[in-house]
Amino acid sequence: MSVISQTEFQRRRARRKWLGRAFHGLCLLSVAIALGMLAVLLIYLLIQGTTRIDWSFLTSFASRHPDQAGIKAAMLGSIYVVIVAGVVSFILGVATALYLEEYAARSKFARIAKINIANLAGVPSIVYGILGLQIFVHSLNLGQSVLAGGFTLALLVLPIVIVAAGEAVRAVPPSFREGSYALGATRWQVTWHIVIPLAFPGILTGVILAVSRAIGETAPLIAMGALTFVPFAPDSPLSRFTVLPIQIFNWTSRPQAGFQEAAAAGIIVLLVILLLMNAGAVILRNHFQNKWE
Amino acid sequence: MQDQDFILQTRGLNVYYDTKRVITDVNLDVARNRITAIIGPSGCGKSTLLRCFNRMNDLIPTARVEGQVLFDGLDLYGHDVDPTEIRYLIGMVFQRPNPFPKSIFDNVAFGPRINGFHGDINELVERSIRRAALWDEVKDRLKASALSLSGGQQQRLCIARALAVEPRVILMDEPCSALDPIATLAIEELMRELSEDYSIIIVTHNMQQAARVSHYTAFLMVEETRAGFMVEFGESRQIFTNPEDERTEAYITGRFG
Repeated sequence: MSVISQTEFQRRRARRKWLGRAFHGLCLLSVAIALGMLAVLLIYLLIQGTTRIDWSFLTSFASRHPDQAGIKAAMLGSIYVVIVAGVVSFILGVATALYLEEYAARSKFARIAKINIANLAGVPSIVYGILGLQIFVHSLNLGQSVLAGGFTLALLVLPIVIVAAGEAVRAVPPSFREGSYALGATRWQVTWHIVIPLAFPGILTGVILAVSRAIGETAPLIAMGALTFVPFAPDSPLSRFTVLPIQIFNWTSRPQAGFQEAAAAGIIVLLVILLLMNAGAVILRNHFQNKWE
Repeated sequence: MQDQDFILQTRGLNVYYDTKRVITDVNLDVARNRITAIIGPSGCGKSTLLRCFNRMNDLIPTARVEGQVLFDGLDLYGHDVDPTEIRYLIGMVFQRPNPFPKSIFDNVAFGPRINGFHGDINELVERSIRRAALWDEVKDRLKASALSLSGGQQQRLCIARALAVEPRVILMDEPCSALDPIATLAIEELMRELSEDYSIIIVTHNMQQAARVSHYTAFLMVEETRAGFMVEFGESRQIFTNPEDERTEAYITGRFG
């Protein structure tokens, strides 16, 4: 009486089970490939680079001699530039997201702006470098400085921050907004006391992503004229600078084996800085997230 | 009744979303220090009507209001009226309890603080929570998250939050629809107590509730040709025992809606 005969059902069931196992296997294979490549990269770096990492590597400047070359200028340059980029993109990005989601939420302008901002995230990074060279270095006369580099990277990661902050702001339940409007709150008070605190963890996630992207960028900074050989630490926002990825790129293009080791060591330092920054942001995020739940 | 007995009155009130009319020509008089219930089938515009009284419809960009809503004779939709001031004088409790993800204390203190209260905030918070019949349950954990309370407690906290700015009117939009019967009874009891000092308008799906707690009842309906019009308005006793309109009778006896 059943719609499918017993033998047909058994045959089909075996086939369905086989398909399920095959898909499971495929997913596992993808994980293995992705993690495997990362593991190979990390092991290779650790083998080549660990011996070069010591205090003098962190505190010495670039040098013609591979065994004396250090990373101080690039490390400080990276940290300063990323801090400028992070702060500027955070302020501009959050304010933009709040305007588009809270103030102009349903307007045609906001819709068009949001589509274009999402597309901006796909513009090649070197274009931002050229833009930064023209606007910050020449027009605003900041020179090829830490500030100009930070601003350029801020422009580059701004779409990431805006999109992430916008999603975080949209995720704040409308019932909380209504509840505070109904008590006589102005739009500013609703935004400041309700929306921003609730969206903050999500906004921080966006900033983490943005900073991680910024710290690894090379092309836009080369385009705007960051140096490749810097025997001094940047001592002011208008000081010239280099960053870790440029230093690493510079070393890998040298023939001496010693520079290859320095490059590997430099990548390890870059990864550690990245991990520390992300860990800091995650701790901050969790601090805000779990308070009232 | 004379004019001064009414705290809120609508005159020729029409509400549109874009070009669609959702409230049609409503003239409703809300008595001071009484409970007025608005009943009617789903989609008849009960909540929209309620949200005209504190201009919450302003938050919906496509909403447009025609006619007058008089608050002690002052037109709430007049040119120089600030909606935030209206909402300070006319509080609201929502369908689902919506305490802020803050402490119990901060929830109640929120309204006074944003409106620039400079007195004894501890005393005001305690008085408001007591007034909402919640004090004994939360007095030892005012610093705890408001979200740790049960649904019924959360709704009473929202009432305390609304009371803390000492409004003249409290609007309640199906305040018990997300609560169990015991919590519902507690809220109804509370409403009766509050009606000694406040004017209350309640939107409800629950006709027994309207009959139990309200002094006056307005019955709204929606038809194919017009939406959100008032069929009948009068004392609840009369509406629920001896309605004048046969459509009201059909609705309260459960024949539709």
